Amino acid sequence: MHIESERSAKRLVRLKVNGRWREDAVGQNELLVDYLREVARLTGVKTGCDGGECGACTVLIDGEAVPSCMVLAVRCEGRAVETVEGLLSQGRPSRLQQAFHEKLGAQCGFCTPGMIMAAEALLRRNPNPTDGEIRTALSGNLCRCTGYVKIVESVKTAAEMPS
Amino acid sequence: MTALLPQFRLAHPRSVSDAIATSQENAGSRFIAGGTDLIVNARHGLGKSSLLIDLSGIRELAEIRASDHGIRIGSMVSIAALTRDAATSQNYRAVKEAAEAIAGPGHRLMGTVGGNLCLDTRCIYYNQSEWWRRANGFCLKHGGDTCHVAPQGRRCHAAFAGDLAPAFLALRAEVEIAGASGCRRIPVGDLYVEDGSAHLTLAPDELIVAVVLPPNPPPSSYAKVRVRGAIDFPLAGVAVALAAANGVIQSLNIGLTGTNSRPFLLAGTDAIAGRPVDEKVLQQLDRLVQKQVQPMRTTIASAHYRRLAAAALACRLVASLSAAKEA
Repeated sequence: MHIESERSAKRLVRLKVNGRWREDAVGQNELLVDYLREVARLTGVKTGCDGGECGACTVLIDGEAVPSCMVLAVRCEGRAVETVEGLLSQGRPSRLQQAFHEKLGAQCGFCTPGMIMAAEALLRRNPNPTDGEIRTALSGNLCRCTGYVKIVESVKTAAEMPS
Repeated sequence: MTALLPQFRLAHPRSVSDAIATSQENAGSRFIAGGTDLIVNARHGLGKSSLLIDLSGIRELAEIRASDHGIRIGSMVSIAALTRDAATSQNYRAVKEAAEAIAGPGHRLMGTVGGNLCLDTRCIYYNQSEWWRRANGFCLKHGGDTCHVAPQGRRCHAAFAGDLAPAFLALRAEVEIAGASGCRRIPVGDLYVEDGSAHLTLAPDELIVAVVLPPNPPPSSYAKVRVRGAIDFPLAGVAVALAAANGVIQSLNIGLTGTNSRPFLLAGTDAIAGRPVDEKVLQQLDRLVQKQVQPMRTTIASAHYRRLAAAALACRLVASLSAAKEA
């Protein structure tokens, strides 16, 4: 089996980021969160706890919400990665972004991109979620400001908006 | 930027035999499944390896197969896929409940059955940054020679905290293990020993291929106590499989996790068989659990609390399974 030598610690990885294919030389030990922030310059992805406990770095991989601080970038070969920046359509905010703005779902805002991406994955598979389903979907995301009530309201409001 | 991971290479085998051969050719290599435990530990400077063997490309490991002989769950089946599997959910309730209680939704998508069985043991003196551990003189499990939990003792007391193992134990499951010398099949309990720094009996070049659950299981259930309602390991976790007829216990198996360095099957439940589930039996069960669990000061919750919680969970699950049977 082919294994790269120690010297070629980087590997070319092709992946789709927010709808556009790109190819980069990525360290085999590089995490997706660092690749997205440092290489793709998508700083909407936040580094929070650094250990998979807070969800601030949540992105979508093939439509499913995962913490990007636990994913090796080279394991995303051929996959579609979406960040909060990708939700903008022609400069206009998405339903969730609009709802978080209107319903004050964000306070300090640090957890918000992760919250929105976790909620985005939920609304794609379940357009009319109950409060319980929203809370379950966001259970991997911590917020230290809002107490979550406004966040759940924001997701509900987004679900009720015309798409 | 997050704390740097140590340098390593990745290998991508396409078959189990290829993975084992790669492991044999590269001393000090490790298998990586979902990575939700390994990556976090690696970033803390724990479990360093120059070569990680990525098992995600081996299709045969990611299948669930139901037959007359029970259910065979591949080791690379994700925790999320396990929670969605109809046959498992219907007949092996404890497995479904344990899977649903693992970490958060994102971790369940990445984490795997084999990975959960092979979780590293945990301790407040171990799951810390390298800087923190160095300041504390490291510990017996990694880099030091003293167990800060029991300084007079000779072994590491870090606790095993996987949720699936107790459910598999209670349901008498077996694991299929592949290695250089072929395949072997052992009861789940034989996968572990009571040593926090070396709790797995797997050889370095062996990997879990599948878990096999026997057919016609008794009703079962799983519950855990944890500090945080999501993304948290069990302070104590209990799985109960109870077969009863006319309110009388026929067989009772109880798997425990979070309290010892290994998950284990409670001994002595045979003595309760043939009796109805009443206050007396529950008191006896409470004593049995409290006597056999060995929680140490490895979590922020006290060992005493975890001992009481394990016993309370066991009694609660036995009572509710018994009541559900009568209803």
